[in-house]
Amino acid sequence: MPRDRTSVHPYIPNTSPSVRARMLAATGVASPADLYDAIPGALRLKRPLDLPPPIASEHALRRHVESLLAKNRSCADLLNFRGAGCWQHYVPAICDEIAGRGEFLTAYAGWSYSDHGKLQALFEYQSMIGELVGLEVVSTPTYDWGAAANSAVAMACRLTGRRQILVPASMDRARLSQMRGFTKPFATITEVAFDRKTGELDRRDLAARLGAGTAAVYIEMPSFLGTVDAGAPDIVKRAHAKGALAVVGVDPSTLGVLEAPGNYGADLVVGDLQPLGIHMNGGGGQAGFIASRDEPRFVDEYPSFLISLVQAPESGAFGFGVGTLDRTSYHKRHDATDYYGTTQFLWGITAAVYLSLMGPQGMRELGEGIIQRAAYAAERLGRIKGVKAPLFTGPFFKEFVVNFDRTGKTVAAINRRLLRRGILGGKDLSHAFPALGQSALFCVTEIHDRAAIDRLVAALKEAVS
Amino acid sequence: MTRRIEQFHAARWAEPLIMQLGTHGERGLLPPAPEPEIAKAAGKAAARIPGALRRKAPPRLPEVSQQTVVRHFTRLSQMTMGVDATPDMMGTCTMKYSPKVHEHIARLPELREIHPLQDDSTIQGLLEILYRMNRIMCEVAGMDDFTFQPGSGAQGIYTNACIIRAYHASRGQLGQRREIITTAFSHPADAATPAVAGFKVITLFPGDHGYPELDALKAALSEHTAGIMFTCPEDTGLFNPRLREFVELVHKAGGLAAYDQANGNGLLGIIRAGDAGFDLCQFNLHKTFSAPHGSIGLGCAAVGVKRHLQKFLPNPVVAFDGKSYRLEADRPDAIDKIRAFLGNVPTVLKAYAWVMSLGAGGLKAVAETAVLNNNYLLAGIARIRGASIPWPANPHHRLEQVRYSWERLAQDTGVTTDQIMLRMVDYGLQHYMTSHVPMLVPQPFTIEPGESYSLAELDECLETLRRISEEAYSQPELVKSAPHRASVPRLDESAVDDPAKWAFTWRAWQRKHAALAD
Repeated sequence: MPRDRTSVHPYIPNTSPSVRARMLAATGVASPADLYDAIPGALRLKRPLDLPPPIASEHALRRHVESLLAKNRSCADLLNFRGAGCWQHYVPAICDEIAGRGEFLTAYAGWSYSDHGKLQALFEYQSMIGELVGLEVVSTPTYDWGAAANSAVAMACRLTGRRQILVPASMDRARLSQMRGFTKPFATITEVAFDRKTGELDRRDLAARLGAGTAAVYIEMPSFLGTVDAGAPDIVKRAHAKGALAVVGVDPSTLGVLEAPGNYGADLVVGDLQPLGIHMNGGGGQAGFIASRDEPRFVDEYPSFLISLVQAPESGAFGFGVGTLDRTSYHKRHDATDYYGTTQFLWGITAAVYLSLMGPQGMRELGEGIIQRAAYAAERLGRIKGVKAPLFTGPFFKEFVVNFDRTGKTVAAINRRLLRRGILGGKDLSHAFPALGQSALFCVTEIHDRAAIDRLVAALKEAVS
Repeated sequence: MTRRIEQFHAARWAEPLIMQLGTHGERGLLPPAPEPEIAKAAGKAAARIPGALRRKAPPRLPEVSQQTVVRHFTRLSQMTMGVDATPDMMGTCTMKYSPKVHEHIARLPELREIHPLQDDSTIQGLLEILYRMNRIMCEVAGMDDFTFQPGSGAQGIYTNACIIRAYHASRGQLGQRREIITTAFSHPADAATPAVAGFKVITLFPGDHGYPELDALKAALSEHTAGIMFTCPEDTGLFNPRLREFVELVHKAGGLAAYDQANGNGLLGIIRAGDAGFDLCQFNLHKTFSAPHGSIGLGCAAVGVKRHLQKFLPNPVVAFDGKSYRLEADRPDAIDKIRAFLGNVPTVLKAYAWVMSLGAGGLKAVAETAVLNNNYLLAGIARIRGASIPWPANPHHRLEQVRYSWERLAQDTGVTTDQIMLRMVDYGLQHYMTSHVPMLVPQPFTIEPGESYSLAELDECLETLRRISEEAYSQPELVKSAPHRASVPRLDESAVDDPAKWAFTWRAWQRKHAALAD
C-alpha cells in the first residue's frame, strides 16, 4: 500500500499504521502527541523544524554525502609529510576488519558477561601497552593524548599535594592549551626552555624551575618538535630528587626501538594510540592512554575504567571485571577531581589488533625503518640551498624541524607551492614557535619510500628557488 | 521469538589471551622495509639514539600468525553483545540502529585519510559537512552556534562548564560566582565536570513528582550562582513541567542555564533548548544521532550556545564566506582547547547523514516513536509481578525512558536488580542499566527502547522480564546464580578491588600469580 510505503521509515519500524494502532491501544492513548502531556503547550514547537528535505533512498543519501566528501583531497591522493600529533602510518587490513565488526562497533556499556569479548580485547590492549611502556597498570582509552596528559598531571598534583606542573616549551600549543584549561582551577603550568641547538630540554632551566612546589615534570618522547631527548633519564632523576613525579608522553610507535619509559623511572606514562593501526580520520583517530606502576595510591587516582583479569571460582576460566569504580566521576559526582565518559574504546581494541600483528619484531623493524627514512629525508632536504634540515642536532625518530629562513620564503608560501605538486608539506611552526623563524615540522613514516622522499626533495628544491 | 529466548546460548569460545597464543618467531605482518639506498644513505641513524634510550629488551608482545589474529578477535567479537547482534535497551544510553551505509561512507579515503591539519582548500568537503551540521543542530536546538569538538557527553558538559567559567570571568564575576546547580537524576558528569572546572556543585533532589521543585531551586540560588546544568527529562524519563521557570530563575540570579540533552531522543522536533531560554546545550551524536557507540568509543558531543556565548566556543570554528569554508582560530575569547584538532569528525558525518535521511518529519517520528515504544514497555512492565514504577503521584507520561524498581520483588524473593540484570544475558538480551549514583530508587532498573526496535522485539524484552520475574518467585536460586548461558561462567569479581589480586595487565597477573603461588 502506497501509504505504508511513505509512512514507514526503514530505521523506525513501529511507524506502520497497524502496529502503531496496536501500541497506542496498549498504551491507552489516542496519539503519540498525548504522551507529551507533561510538556506545557507554550514550550512546544508549533511548526516543523526547518531542515533540508530528507533524502529518502540509501542510494541518493550515499551520493549526496559522498559528493560532499569528494571535495576533499585525501592523503591517499596527496603525498603527506604532515604529522604534529596525528600521523599517517600503514593501517593493516585486519585492523579495519576487526574495528568494523558490528559487535564491537555497536556495543556499549555491557560488562563482564554480556560483553566478555570486548573486555578481553581491551584487557589485551592494556597488557600490550603495558609491555611497550614497561608498566603494570594501563587505563582504558582516554579521549586523546592531551586528555591523558591532563589526567596524569592532575594525578601527580593530588599524589604530591603540590600545584606546579613543568612542561617543555617545545610542547604542541594545542595540547598545552588543553592542559592550561584543564589544570586552571588547581595548578599552574610553567614552561621549561629547550636548547635551541639540540632541541632537548634545557636542563639548567629545569633545575632553576624545579622546586618544592613541583608536582610533575612532564616531558615528551620524542618531543613535539621531534627530538629524542638523551637527557630523559636524568630529567626523571631530577624530578624524583625534588619529590616530583615524572610524567612521560610517548608516541607508542617508537617503542619497538626506544626504551620503555617505565624502565628509566617514569611514574606515569601517557600517549596516543592513533599510530597503532588507526586511520587519521580527520583527527577522529586519536585516543589516549595512561599507565603507571601497580601501586594502590596510583590506581586510586585513575579517572578511567580499569579492566582486570579475574577467574571463575570452580573452573578457573578467565573473565574480566571493571576495577575500583568508586574512584571515577560516575560515583564521585560533585566530589570528582577528574571526569570520564564515553571515550575511544574502539581504538583501544584496534590498537590491540595492531600490536598483535606487529609483535616485537614488527615494532622493532617499523621503528628502525622509520628512523632510517627520516634520517635520509632530513639529510637530503638539508642539501638544498638555504634549507636547514634537521634544524636541531639531537637525534630524532619520525619528525624533524626544517628551517627555511635563508631561502627568504615563508613556510606558507613553500607549502602552497608543494600543494600544487600534490604534496602536503610540514606543519608550519612560524605562528606557534616564532623564535624558530620560518620552520616546519616534517613527518616521515614507513609509508614513505625512497621515491616519495626524493619527490619531496625535488619539489622543495623548486619551491624555495 | 519465545523459542529464541528459550534456546539462546552465547558464544563461549574459552578463547585464551592473545599473549598465550603463537610461538616464538611467528609473525602477523611485515612492515615495509626501507630500500637499500635509504638504509645505506641513512647509515647508522639508529645508532644516534643514545644508549640509555635504546630498547634493551624487546616488548613481550604476542608472536602470532595473521590468521590467528583474525580468528582470535573475531571470536572475541562474537562474545560481545553489540546492537547489531543483540537487542540493547540500556537506559540513558539511547541504543539505536547505526545505519551501515554511514560506515561505508566513512571508510572512504576522503574522510579516513584526511589529516586534521590539512590546508583548508583540501578539506572543503569536510568543512562543509561540519558547517551544514552546525546549521542543522542550531535549528534542532534553537541555538545560534555549535561546536563538535568534545569527545563525549561528559566532555560536552565539561565544555559547558568551561564556557560558563569564561563568561563570568569575562565579566569579572568569577570570584563571586562559584556555584553550579544540578540535579540528582542527571548524569554524574553534570555534577562532576563543573567540579573539575573549579565550581562548587549543589545538587537538587527530587520532590514527590520525581523531579526537583522550584522551591528547591530558589533555596539554592544566590549571588554565588554561576549556572545550572539541567537535564530534562532526567534519567527517570519524567519531564519537569517547570523547565522554563527554572531557566528564568537562574537568569534572574545572574547565572547561565545549560541543557543536558543526553536524554533528548524523545524531544526532537517537540521542544527546543533555545526556545526554553537556555544559554547552552549539548547533544550526544553517538547516541541520539545514530553514530555507533564503538564499545564505549568514538563519542562526540554537539555543544550549542546562544549568540552571547558564541565567542567562547573552542578553536577552531568553521567559517563560510559564501564561497569557501575555512577554519578560524584567531578568536581571543575562545576557551582553551577541549580535544585535539576538530574532534571526532567521522561521528559528525554519520550524524549528518542520519538527519539528512530523516528530515524534519523523520526526526519527529523518531521522537514520537521512542516515546511510544517506551510507554508501551511501561504498560507491559507495570503488569510484571514485583516491578513497580516510582512516583505514582506524578500523573504524566514518561518520555523516552523509565527508571523502574524491583523493590517489591526483592522483598518478596531476595532476588536483586543486579541479579536480574545478569539473568537477562541468558536470554540473549543485553542487560539493562540499573542506575547512576546516587541510587535513590531502591532496586532500580532503567530501560530506554529508542525508536529502532520492532514491536516483536519490545514484546521479547517484556517476555524476558516476565519470565525472570516468575523465576525469581519460583526458583530464586536460578536467578541469583545467573548467568548460565553467557560467554563466561560466573566469576569471582572481588579480585578487582583487591590490590593483591587485581591485574590490569597480563604482566601484573603473571607477577601476582607467581607471588600468590609461593
